Amino acid sequence: MTDVAEMETPGRSAAERRWENDPVLSVEHLTMRFGGLVAVGDLSFDVGRGDITALIGPNGAGKTTVFNCVTGFYKPTEGRIVMRHGVGRQDNTVQEVTASGRRFKHEEDQGVFLLERMADHEITHKARVARTFQNIRLFGGMTVLENLLVAQHNPLVVASGFSFGGILGLPSYSRAEKAAIDKAAYWLERTNLIDRADDPAADLPYGAQRRLEVARAMCTEPRLLCLDEPAAGLNPRESTDLNALLKFICEEHDTSVLLIEHDMGVVMEISDHIVVLDYGVKISDGDPENVKSDPKVIAAYLGVEEEDEIDIPEVREDVAEQVGESTPASSPSKEAKPASGSKSKTAGKTKTNAKTSGAPTRTRKTTKSGTGKGGAS
Amino acid sequence: MDYFLQQLINGLTLGSIYGLIAIGYTMVYGIIGMINFAHGDIFMIGAFISLALFLLVTSVLGFAFLPVVLLIVIVIAMLFTSAWGWTVERLAYRPLRGSFRLAPLITAIGMSIALQNFVQITQGARVKPLPPQIQGGITLMEGSTAAGDIVVRLSYMQIIIIVTTVVLMAGFSLLISRTSLGRAQRACEQDRKMAALLGVNVDRTISLTFVMGAALAAVAGLMFLLFYGVIDFYIGFLAGIKAFTAAVLGGIGSLPGAMLGGLLIGLIEVFWSGYFTVEYKDVAAFSILAIVLIFLPSGLLGKPEVEKV
Amino acid sequence: MAESDTNMPTSLQKPVGAQIKREERAEAPRNTGPGGTGNKLADSLRDAAMAAFLAAVLGFFLIGIRTDIAPGGLALTTRWVAWIVSILVVFGGRLALSLLVFRADHPVTETLGGKISSLSEATPQLGKWLARALLVFALVLPFFFTTFVPGRDRQFIDLAILILTYIMLGWGLNIVVGLAGLLDLGYVAFYAVGAYSFALLAQFFDLGFWMALPLAGMLAAFWGLILGFPVLRLRGDYLAIVTLAFGEIIRIVLLNWYEFTGGPDGISGIPKPTFFGLELSRGDDGFAAFFGLEYSPIHRFIYLYYIILVLALITNFVTMRLRRLPIGRAWEALREDEIACRSLGINTRNTKLTAFAIGAMFGGFAGSFFATRQGFISPESFTFLESAIILAIVVLGGLGSQIGVVIASVVMIGGIEMLRNLGFLSNVFGSGFDPVQYRMLIFGLAMVFIMVWKPRGLISTREPSVVLKEKKQIGADMVAQGEGH
Repeated sequence: MTDVAEMETPGRSAAERRWENDPVLSVEHLTMRFGGLVAVGDLSFDVGRGDITALIGPNGAGKTTVFNCVTGFYKPTEGRIVMRHGVGRQDNTVQEVTASGRRFKHEEDQGVFLLERMADHEITHKARVARTFQNIRLFGGMTVLENLLVAQHNPLVVASGFSFGGILGLPSYSRAEKAAIDKAAYWLERTNLIDRADDPAADLPYGAQRRLEVARAMCTEPRLLCLDEPAAGLNPRESTDLNALLKFICEEHDTSVLLIEHDMGVVMEISDHIVVLDYGVKISDGDPENVKSDPKVIAAYLGVEEEDEIDIPEVREDVAEQVGESTPASSPSKEAKPASGSKSKTAGKTKTNAKTSGAPTRTRKTTKSGTGKGGAS
Repeated sequence: MDYFLQQLINGLTLGSIYGLIAIGYTMVYGIIGMINFAHGDIFMIGAFISLALFLLVTSVLGFAFLPVVLLIVIVIAMLFTSAWGWTVERLAYRPLRGSFRLAPLITAIGMSIALQNFVQITQGARVKPLPPQIQGGITLMEGSTAAGDIVVRLSYMQIIIIVTTVVLMAGFSLLISRTSLGRAQRACEQDRKMAALLGVNVDRTISLTFVMGAALAAVAGLMFLLFYGVIDFYIGFLAGIKAFTAAVLGGIGSLPGAMLGGLLIGLIEVFWSGYFTVEYKDVAAFSILAIVLIFLPSGLLGKPEVEKV
Repeated sequence: MAESDTNMPTSLQKPVGAQIKREERAEAPRNTGPGGTGNKLADSLRDAAMAAFLAAVLGFFLIGIRTDIAPGGLALTTRWVAWIVSILVVFGGRLALSLLVFRADHPVTETLGGKISSLSEATPQLGKWLARALLVFALVLPFFFTTFVPGRDRQFIDLAILILTYIMLGWGLNIVVGLAGLLDLGYVAFYAVGAYSFALLAQFFDLGFWMALPLAGMLAAFWGLILGFPVLRLRGDYLAIVTLAFGEIIRIVLLNWYEFTGGPDGISGIPKPTFFGLELSRGDDGFAAFFGLEYSPIHRFIYLYYIILVLALITNFVTMRLRRLPIGRAWEALREDEIACRSLGINTRNTKLTAFAIGAMFGGFAGSFFATRQGFISPESFTFLESAIILAIVVLGGLGSQIGVVIASVVMIGGIEMLRNLGFLSNVFGSGFDPVQYRMLIFGLAMVFIMVWKPRGLISTREPSVVLKEKKQIGADMVAQGEGH
């Protein structure tokens, strides 16, 4: 927790740190190495209960790796990932479970789950963490409705008497299936897909597929929903709808949201809390206002490597112009523009630089305008 | 020790034959990602063509000088077997390119069944024994111990097999690494669509891959014929699976891997038969296949595949 | 790094593009052949000439020359007539193909294929009616044959039993390959386990067919778990080749474990099934005597027919039910996208193992039936070829389609067996001509041509397992083929 303290900018109120007092998920000292490559280095952050938390950073910053660790697709090299049901940090229980060597402790509505010890399907089934994927993964050959029923697999298996009752055609299963269909229909209404319920998922347009993935994840009744770039490829209208959907999920369904997103419009508008990663380490952590003005964040987003410097004058002017515009008063979405514009520049360099990612200080020459304005704001 | 040495030599010989077949599997898998199930049968056809040619050249045309005979047989058998390799690809695989991956696997099995039965019908089901053509060898070790006489021999046949394999391998590696064909092949392995966009004739490159694989299988067929002296229409199945095992063991897609895998499978099989039981030698080969695929799916020299989420 | 730059959904990338590409390719040669002069006939003739030349090269050593064992080594015999005939056949065949399919304005295959798919797609009810009609026919089949072809009824009922055995095996394998998308090339191993379980149980413990049947099924399922467990991590072709290896290992062990399995001699004297304790044999306590019928050997065939029919129908019923249960949906989801399954809390390991075990169990039942029907089993009956035939039936029929398996079995097994009835051809081609010899050659070539013609099998649409408002068939291009794609 020490590095979190280091990073805290002065002037944060206690209300702003509510995610530290009541986190649904705590990532503690998470490190993930692939061979010699450190994708995530000693990362710690909290996801507040009921919050929408955004994980942002340039391409290759290790965001999806964090997701894969949280949802059990990767086993972290080091670190602890704690998922909590019920209110408060429950520090005693966490310590008890950690020391006992068990994977989780769960009773009634309270529970502590050490995700790094659990298998991916257990994480969804027991710890109730659901996720979506950057490159949508639907069951394309199955209908929209079937997709949502597959998501309710575990309760339905129990209802079908582990298939034995189902084969014999017991009525209890048909009742359970009916309830499952109703729940699916509810989410289809919410995501505006009810008319396409009997179409194969692969037939849906792109935006609808993204919504269906969210609906499918919600059918697992998650306490934490992890969304990997949910707005990627959406048009502005779809993007707005998505924002509304996420807010609805958060407010009405006792579900916290952790999302990776490049679209700063979405991030700034809906997030309660933002964590910024660069080269696998956290460079900023706070509410949107604080993060937006954090010089490290601006440097990370606008920074350009020396050898990578762009010599096309139009582009440089473009960046300068947009950065120049971004006064604190300007709208968040506008300010985000240069960030997404410079994404490709940093992205190209991530791989070669990844080796040094553990080091806190890196030599990074920013464009003139970037440094000037970034330092000033 | 002597027994061990003799088995070692025998194993290397058998391994060379497997290696030559394995190259066909590994190249095809590398370039279009399918198991060419019919490749073992191409090897069998190569053996039959070699047999017919051998008899034609020696008894009908009357050549007697063995090196010349072998040279003629090798060259012509390679040509004719290549035609089979090309035809199989053209008929059974090319129409399904870009289709679902199960489809070419089924056509490959169908082709394998068809080729076996074709040869069974046209050449008969009985085994064809060819009397040993190349006699003699070098005695590496001789003497007698308390346990009995010991003789370790390296026959001329084994020398020919090993030397031919080494020469072909070297030539082949050069072909892949130096020529434009090899470059086209490697490009197709990486990304077929992009290669096509850059002007590589993908269909022709794939065809040539099958042709080269078949040519090497023909050489393996001839070696098998000369070394064992017995062939039948069914030899392709087992040899094919073992060669595929070799390709997987070495790391599929890697030429040196195929050769290394071939040698290892040959050695394992020979030592297993020599020290344990002959009956279960195929079980040994199959078990290795299963174990390698389960625990080391990228093989000894292959590149590991990372699961993307 | 773990992030991928493509934002396209995988479901969009795979089949649709492939389908379009294939159609384009099919389109291309028709409009302008490579270097085509525009003259359809001339081009076709040139094509045919090239094909004939190729046939000449291919056949030169294998058809034109034959090596035979002669006194004093091998002798060459030449058969130039056969060689020339084969060249002419290829020339004619290619010419016909060119004119009718490749360069035709309305290719025969397309019209035919269009008809089949429009039948199955436009009227989903048709499949249901066809299935019902087939079921009714299957129920009365033995009496149909005894009434209408009394002289050869035994042969036809025997053929029906054979076809039904393959249908049952096909349905069993369909669970593994068609639903769960796990490519299994060693299915025959479970067939063998079932057959040997019953034979050995009968030999050592004197168990009858009905007692041994569930045990054999359970043993096969158990072996399904044992063989399934290590291969769970494997995908696609690798899975196929390892299952093939396991199948061969089991066969080789059966072949060489002389003390237990009788080795290559096999096990004989396997008991026939009884009808509630009544043996279907001549005698006072036999089935015929009990019911006051006149004894006829055909009774036993009819009885066997009904046993396999019931077994097959149970397989079908269970499979259809499972498809609508969570486990069946999980199998299909697994076939579509394993990673997504894991993200939804599905234990993919257990799901795969259940598919293996249930598929193996039905294979075991079929194996027991095979043993009791033959009365004798040996490892020779359980070669890789058997696995290949069963897989071919499943894939040719259309993965996941139950009715497709029936059609493919009838066409492939029935059609091939029908060759035995073509004895008259030897009058045409000379007495040496035996059409039965060509069975497997034709079988192999048929596998190739059906796949090239319809890569997704004969019935390729998928029926949704649950419907909200309106049932729509799902086109084959949407459906993934699981580990095999």
